[in-house]
Amino acid sequence: MSDRLLRFDDWTSPVPPVEREVVSRLVEGEGDQPPLLFVCGPRHGAWAFAERWLGHAAQRGFPAYALTPRDRGDLRAHVHDVVQVAASLPKQAVLIGHGEGATVVARALGRYPARAAVLAAPAPSRWASFKTNPVGTLPALFAGKWRFNRRQLFSTALPADEADAYLERMSFAPRLTNPKSRATPVGNPPLLVVGSPDDRIVPRKSLDETAARYGGAPLLFPGMGHDLMLDAGWAEPIDAVLDWLTKELSATR
Amino acid sequence: MHDTPDIADRRDAVCVIGAGASGLAAIKNLREHGFAVDCYERETSVGGAWNWRHDRSPVYAATHLISSRPLAEFPDFPMPDSWPDYPHHSQLLSYLERYAKHFGLADAIWFGTEVVSCVPVGDGRWDVTTQSTGGGSSRVQRYAAVVAANGHNWAPAKPEIPGADTPGALRGTVIHSAQYKDPAQLRNRKVLVIGGGNTGCDLAVEAAQQATTVWHSTRRGYWYAPKYVLGRPADQVNERLRQWRLPLRLRQWLYRRTLALTTGDLTRFGMPAPDHRPYESHPVVNSQLPYYLGHGRIKPVPDVTRYADGKVELADGRRIDPDLVITATGYLPRFEFLDPDLLDSDPDGRPDLHLHAFARKHPTLAVVGLLQPDSGLLPLAHWQSVAVARWLRLRREDPVRAAAVQQKESARPVRSWARRHVPGRRHWFEVDHVDYLKAVDGLLHEMEPAK
Repeated sequence: MSDRLLRFDDWTSPVPPVEREVVSRLVEGEGDQPPLLFVCGPRHGAWAFAERWLGHAAQRGFPAYALTPRDRGDLRAHVHDVVQVAASLPKQAVLIGHGEGATVVARALGRYPARAAVLAAPAPSRWASFKTNPVGTLPALFAGKWRFNRRQLFSTALPADEADAYLERMSFAPRLTNPKSRATPVGNPPLLVVGSPDDRIVPRKSLDETAARYGGAPLLFPGMGHDLMLDAGWAEPIDAVLDWLTKELSATR
Repeated sequence: MHDTPDIADRRDAVCVIGAGASGLAAIKNLREHGFAVDCYERETSVGGAWNWRHDRSPVYAATHLISSRPLAEFPDFPMPDSWPDYPHHSQLLSYLERYAKHFGLADAIWFGTEVVSCVPVGDGRWDVTTQSTGGGSSRVQRYAAVVAANGHNWAPAKPEIPGADTPGALRGTVIHSAQYKDPAQLRNRKVLVIGGGNTGCDLAVEAAQQATTVWHSTRRGYWYAPKYVLGRPADQVNERLRQWRLPLRLRQWLYRRTLALTTGDLTRFGMPAPDHRPYESHPVVNSQLPYYLGHGRIKPVPDVTRYADGKVELADGRRIDPDLVITATGYLPRFEFLDPDLLDSDPDGRPDLHLHAFARKHPTLAVVGLLQPDSGLLPLAHWQSVAVARWLRLRREDPVRAAAVQQKESARPVRSWARRHVPGRRHWFEVDHVDYLKAVDGLLHEMEPAK
């Protein structure tokens, strides 16, 4: 029996509510554009999007929100939070997930009919991450912490002190379990996968696989590290995403 | 009679009747499946029964949900998790208003417009006549399909009590629960509440807090479930038993044990014993009824036989003299805009629909929300409207497969998803939500796009 209609998990033990941190950059007046909800993995917080992307999206007319993942939440709790925040927005939202946040968004799409969705550098399977980052991943395979260094998250174009300052703000939480079964998006939203072929956490092959599952090819930004929203050249991916979105939204529904 | 003789052809558009919870879900899901929608709403705002401003709304000041939040919300648009377990009716209204705004549904709704008639014109299309609420010029438009979501809690079912029409047979006033809005109506009066359903029990409890004397007349005994058991909302505990797939008999035993250990036997207060097993009738959820019975504030009395000499005569021959009689005897579904044959309605007006949703002889006619589930109605109305939208889309895009699905579905045993219900005029559309959703899921699977 599918859990699509019979949601015993939610019916028997609802996810306990928490105070959620949502950072926003809004647009003056009531625009036509749908709100964007940026979702990161548990290592980052809403701050990572607030640095660059939120303000940039707002400047281009999209009210932009970012959610900080709750402490010690599992995948189900994170999905719950994303759907709760999305449903609280005034209009049907576009979900944009980065890294493990893309795993959360992919799951949330099975629950909430997003206006559109973007998976940015979506987290690969455990095995794929082990191959690309054996030293950092090994503890994670035993439920330990998953570690990165500066060069895995950022390109050399980003000054080392800036990169270190970002690393300082991250918390290295255990990885989320990436479920084998995938959620079919409800409401058939347009979906885009973006990433970098030089990402040292998400291999190119994994990007292609993720995009193929949704019937597309990834949009690539060579030279960038994993953290597309903080790395030098951050404007290029967000502009491409907003251009794609503008095109999709103008297409008749 | 028509002002415009020519009929406006709306081509592939679907007509939705009513912008309450079910109608809103229908608009959203039909649009999501690529249909243009025109929705007609007789009131000037959304919310249907849940909008207390509407003159047909049955809600009273203290109406709260009887299903807890997770079992009462739309599956794709959760209520805020900061809300209480059992939200107030005003919260439900604001939830529906936000749903309409979030999905931009208002531009599909024609407010202040009622549907006068829907007539099939062959080829599955419908001529829908509308007019301004309460009169005015009428207009006919042609639609590809009609989805009725006009609600079933607005036409009061009034009990036939001898003497009710005789002047002077009763000293006090009689109102239907639909006319009860505010506790001030009960204050310092002697009140008789007729009806043992959820509304009847709510009103008896409210009267116990306001009135001088409260009689509560029930014809049959029910199982009165508390809102909380074992520290959790009772329905969430019950879902656990469903998740574990405990057999019905075992669940019935557990239900009796739990009730015996908590509320105890209500017959000791004079309530009639239930004449059926637990889970065999629509659940009545009220934690306060036993409390006020135990405090003597509510006096249980048997059935009312007649009004005579200004008083109310009871089945045991006693006579009581209430100032106010409230009949909480439910509502009847009504579809004045449809010929009864279209819905295969029986002489009492109960439609016979596949899955309580699809008209058997008219593949482009459906009803959404005509259910009385043992959970909230919204999740079921959502999945019903998804099934209706999928069905209409399949019919448009792959008529051959649609015909095959229709043939297979019509062979499905009619009552496979119905609860073993207690006979009675208001119990016929009760469903067990788990069995019902399984049946809808089966239909959705059959209509899945071919891979």
